[in-house]
Amino acid sequence: MLARAITHALVGLDARRVEVEAHLQGQTPSFTIVGLADRACQEAKERVRSGVRSAECEWPLGRITVNLAPASLRKEGSGFDLPIALAVLGASGQVPRDELERHAAHGELALDGRVRAVAGVFAVAEGARRARLRKIICAATCAPEAALAGVEPVPVWHLAEAVAYLRGELEPEPVAARNGAEPPSWPDLADVRGQERARRALEIAAAGGHNLLLAGPPGTGKTMLARRLPGLLPDLDSEASLEVTRIHSVAGVLRAEHPLVTSPPFRAPHHTASAPAIVGGGRGPRPGEASLAHRGVLLLDELPEFARPALEALRQPLEDGVISVARAEGTALYPARFQLVATMNLCPCGARGDPAVACSCSAQRLAAYANKLSRALLDRFDLLVAVPRPRARELAGERAESSQAVRARVLAAQAALASPPRRSDEANALLTRAVERLPLSGRGRSRVARVAATIAALAGSGVVGPQHVAEALSYRAPKELTSL
Amino acid sequence: MSELALAAFAAEQNVHPRTQERTARFAAFSARFDGAAYLAALERRGVRWLPRSSRAYPPLLRAVADAPSGLFLRGAGDAELLARPSVAVVGARACSGYGAQVARTLGRDLAGAGVVVVSGLARGVDAEAHRGALEAGGPTVAVLGCGIDRDYPAAHAELARRIAETWLVVSEYALGVEPAPWRFPARNRIVAGLTRATVVVEARERSGALITADFALEEGREVYACPGEITSALSVGTNALLKLGATPLTEAGDLLELFGLRAPAGAEADLTPAARAVLDALDASLSADELVRAVSVDAGTVAAALSELELAGLVGASDGVFRRTGR
Repeated sequence: MLARAITHALVGLDARRVEVEAHLQGQTPSFTIVGLADRACQEAKERVRSGVRSAECEWPLGRITVNLAPASLRKEGSGFDLPIALAVLGASGQVPRDELERHAAHGELALDGRVRAVAGVFAVAEGARRARLRKIICAATCAPEAALAGVEPVPVWHLAEAVAYLRGELEPEPVAARNGAEPPSWPDLADVRGQERARRALEIAAAGGHNLLLAGPPGTGKTMLARRLPGLLPDLDSEASLEVTRIHSVAGVLRAEHPLVTSPPFRAPHHTASAPAIVGGGRGPRPGEASLAHRGVLLLDELPEFARPALEALRQPLEDGVISVARAEGTALYPARFQLVATMNLCPCGARGDPAVACSCSAQRLAAYANKLSRALLDRFDLLVAVPRPRARELAGERAESSQAVRARVLAAQAALASPPRRSDEANALLTRAVERLPLSGRGRSRVARVAATIAALAGSGVVGPQHVAEALSYRAPKELTSL
Repeated sequence: MSELALAAFAAEQNVHPRTQERTARFAAFSARFDGAAYLAALERRGVRWLPRSSRAYPPLLRAVADAPSGLFLRGAGDAELLARPSVAVVGARACSGYGAQVARTLGRDLAGAGVVVVSGLARGVDAEAHRGALEAGGPTVAVLGCGIDRDYPAAHAELARRIAETWLVVSEYALGVEPAPWRFPARNRIVAGLTRATVVVEARERSGALITADFALEEGREVYACPGEITSALSVGTNALLKLGATPLTEAGDLLELFGLRAPAGAEADLTPAARAVLDALDASLSADELVRAVSVDAGTVAAALSELELAGLVGASDGVFRRTGR
């Protein structure tokens, strides 16, 4: 007797159709899984056997062979438990086989037969939709996520429910796609006292999607400012929203109650993170922090403390907006078009830029610190702002402008930037003079021009004037970071 | 030719040339030394040799008690450059933003008035003085503490290249000599010996810049020190010099008088009203945020004004703090 269940395996963010065939023959009891299954997948045997008994079904006596086709595709993870169990039950005639083939199935089994959610349900459900399957049997907790993909989910808490449903004995409650995610509450810019220059740079970065580096002594509010950037950004449009949801689904970081990601994601990996943790990879492979920050903000706090390979690995996504993780079996592509915000001290001891403390760093340590950041990486920052320590009376000042007010200006500027403003002749002349007088590379010139366009848009000006170029010039790399 | 043999022998033995003049082993080396071949090897590397016996040897350096037996020269500049009015600008390697600013402005103003800026290509004050001179398109000479064909520190290879493009890089050490701690005080005696005056911009208690100042004093040259904060570790050396009678230096003009020169009158820059207001408010070193409050305009306007002033050479920035480049 042969039965077939259908599920999907993930290659990167891509769901590939996998047929789970179960064949039952002979009298000698045995259970084998073939078809390039990884360890978690091989261990499905024990969970499936135990789960089937707990669902008060019969474990068929005889030789059971489960084949995961196509055999050339590596199957990873525990999401195959449910389809394997259903295929085995189908082969032994305990669930109707034709009904089984009309559904996709995805989920992990507990030993007591409960169905657990597995990462990537959204991507798997999208695969099911493309394969023209109308329904997907999955864990009840991740059913709203599957519903987002345009496939009708069959939410089940237990294997017994799935069996009853396929036999036509139970009709599970329909699940509505819950699109309206609660907006995350970002901290407000009004909490930041003083720091007019850094606030201004943050606003420009938000309006133009520029990468921003804040450098200054500890305790001046660099991280505080950086964390307020997502609150200045507009919500994601529906296409971007689905794209981000897919990545977060595969990484298993979606929130069950609000699966659709509608506001720009914000990721702040710790500086001990490895290169695969940041750009993706490892076994699986899994998307990294850079991909999780796709269409949002990636904050690297204490930039020079990150391992050099991790930082250098970021250069590809900063250039192309995509990360390709190459494996022997093929290449997984993860989108990673994020806005980079980083903070750092001006020297290893942290005292530079602080009028109250003298820096105790030797010339060699200063040089080593500056060398940690390659010129190529520094070149990716459009705005570099030194944040010196404010004097006490600034901190006692009145509450500053709120995020909401700044966000309104940012949205207007983004709309204006849809048609990039023209540069006036005076602005071009100033730009040329700056290239002659300052250490400014060709790439530096175009960066200043881009930032100047954003500044003009923020000012509501249709033309980039010399004052806009002059302001953009003041956010170029300070010489302390490029030469010591 | 015996001077060149001495330099070559010292390089081979990894010792200072002054210790070897009368040794028997040097006499043996000198007898079989092929000077012409060595000079040809130097020429292939674009290096010239200026022996003490040459008439072009700088007279001020010749007057020093233990003048080097000769100098290796690299760069497009003429040997005559070494005899022109010159000032040594030296100081701490891990200098503060203030020190870097002062060194750069001094280098720029001195070189702009035609005075040769001599320094040691080290990090910090030295490099800033060279950069300031290059910025003004004026003359500058870098004295190395290693072989003439080496760039030390390696990070300053580009700076050395830019200096050699128009001016001179010099050393008393022959090809291939590695940098070593004991060679730098010897280098400092050349820096002091080449110049009429030595300026110490910032120096810690036991700074190499003080060795340069000591050499200058021994040879009866002028020593200037830039006043710094009395509480800063970077001012301990300079303030000690001031107590000993060094002349306090507050602007390049103090030095130019020594040579009977005057600073070229800078045309008053044509500034926008915002830039003028920011410059007027900049009576101390201030951050951009403090300027926003002092001038009562928004941060964007202050940023644009600061760029304008920087391009006009009136304001410099370091570590997020802005200050005037001169009074």
